[in-house]
Amino acid sequence: MNIPAELKYAKSHEWIKIEADGTAVVGITDHAQEALGDIVFLELPEIGRIVKAGEEVAVVESVKAASDIYAPLSGEIIATNTAAADTPESVNNDAYGAWLFKIRPGNPAELDSLLDAAGYATVASD
Amino acid sequence: MSQRTPLYDTHLATGAKIVDFAGWDMPIHYGSQIEEHHAVRRDAGMFDVSHMLSIDLQGAHALPYLCRLLANDCGKLLVLQGKALYSCMLDEQGGILDDLIVYFLAPDRFRIVVNAGTASKDLAWMQSRTEGFRVNLTPRRDLAMIAIQGPAAREKFFFAFPGARQSTENLHIFQGKEWSSTTGTPWFISRTGYTGEDGLEISLPAAEAQRVWELLQQAGVHPCGLGARDTLRLEAGMALYGQDMDETVTPLEAGLVWTVDRSLPRRDFIGRAALNESTPRFQTLGLVLLDKGVLRPHQQIHTSRGEGETTSGTFSPTLGQSIALARLPLELSPGDEVKVAIRDKHLRARVVKPPFIRHGKPLI
Repeated sequence: MNIPAELKYAKSHEWIKIEADGTAVVGITDHAQEALGDIVFLELPEIGRIVKAGEEVAVVESVKAASDIYAPLSGEIIATNTAAADTPESVNNDAYGAWLFKIRPGNPAELDSLLDAAGYATVASD
Repeated sequence: MSQRTPLYDTHLATGAKIVDFAGWDMPIHYGSQIEEHHAVRRDAGMFDVSHMLSIDLQGAHALPYLCRLLANDCGKLLVLQGKALYSCMLDEQGGILDDLIVYFLAPDRFRIVVNAGTASKDLAWMQSRTEGFRVNLTPRRDLAMIAIQGPAAREKFFFAFPGARQSTENLHIFQGKEWSSTTGTPWFISRTGYTGEDGLEISLPAAEAQRVWELLQQAGVHPCGLGARDTLRLEAGMALYGQDMDETVTPLEAGLVWTVDRSLPRRDFIGRAALNESTPRFQTLGLVLLDKGVLRPHQQIHTSRGEGETTSGTFSPTLGQSIALARLPLELSPGDEVKVAIRDKHLRARVVKPPFIRHGKPLI
C-alpha cells in the first residue's frame, strides 16, 4: 500500500500535507482511489467557505458510487484544484499529486488528532 | 453463504474484485471498469454470466404453455430454428416478475434464460402454471455461461475455437445453435447479449468453463466484470430487473411496451387482462445530464409536468457524460429539459429516447 511517510492522514481516507506557511493541502489516499475505482467527477468546495473538521466538503464520484470527502481540519477553504476537476482520472493516476482543496487551519490543536503513516496503514488495512 | 460460479477461482487468479450480486460472489471489475467498458465497445470483452439460470422446457404443449406464460408471443419463434425472443413474464396484475430470453430449439423443446436474483421465484412460478399443459421444466445449474461481446467478439471466439466457425458463423442476430465440441457435450451458442454490441453467449458444461475462459483470454478477449456490464447495458438502453422494473410496474410503464404482443386477440397471456384495464402512471425514458455531475438511481426529477425519479444512472464512458433511465410524467417527450436533484443542486438534464449507444455509436 502506498502511504507516504511525510504526510498526515484522516481516518476517512484523506491525506493532508502541511506546507511551510501552515496551509493544509488535502487529497484522497491511494487506498481510497483504488477502493472507489475509476473516478469521473469531482465536486469541490467554494473558495472562502468556513468549514469544521469532519464536515462534508467535497464529493468524489467514481463510475460506481459517490463518496463524501470530509474536511480533516477546521478553517477556511482557500484554493481548489480545478485542473484535477477537469481531469478526475488524475486522482486515480496520482492520488498524492492530484490534491483537491487547501485549508487555512483555524485550530492548530487539531493537527495532533491526525494520523501518521503508520496509524493510517492500520486504518486502511481493516 | 454466497454462491460461486465455476469461474470463481479463475476470477480471483485474474485479479478480480469480488462483490455480492443477487447472492453470488461475482467480479465487479479486474482493475479498471472503464477500460473493460471500452474493450467491449471497441474490441472484445467477456463476462461470466453463469449466475443466470437456463431452464429447459420440454413437452408436447411447450408452445401453448409459453404463449400463456409470457407477454411476448413465442409463436413468432417458429419461423427459424434457434430463434430467440426477449419477453417479460407478468403476474395476474400485469406486474413484471422477470425479463428473460426464450430460445426455440425444437417444436417441443425451448430454453429459457432468467435473471439470477429471480431464478428460484421464476422457477416456482413457472412450475405453478403448468397445470393443463404437458410440459417439463428442468433447471440447468450444471451449465456455465460466458458472454463474449464487442465488434471483434465473434472473430476472436472463432480464432480460439475454429471448429465452431462453420456451424455458427452464419447465425442471425438473436439466433442460437447447439454445437458439439470435440469433448462431446454440446454447447449452446447464441448471437445475443446485454451490451448493445455484436457478440455471442455460450452455455457449456461447468467443467469446461475455466479452459474456455483461458483460451478466450489468450485469443485477446478482455475479462470484464459486472461494473462494465452495467454501464454497457445502460448505454444500450436496456432495463435491469430489480432496478428499472419489478412486480410493482407494468411493461407499459417500464419502457417495454414493444415486448408486449397483443396482436392475436385470443392469446390470453397472464397479465393481459390487467394490462388492458390499466392506465400507466408514468413512462420510462432516458436522461442525459447537461451539467457536470453523475446521475444515480433514485434521484428526484422536477419537471413542468410533475415529479419523476431515476431508476438507473451512471457515467457513460462512451459519451463522457452522465446518463440515466427515469420514470417521468406521461406528458413529457424526448427533447424536453428537466431538473435532477443531486445533493443540494438542481442539475439540467435532457429527455431522450433510449438507446444512448448502439454498435459503438452515439444515438442521442
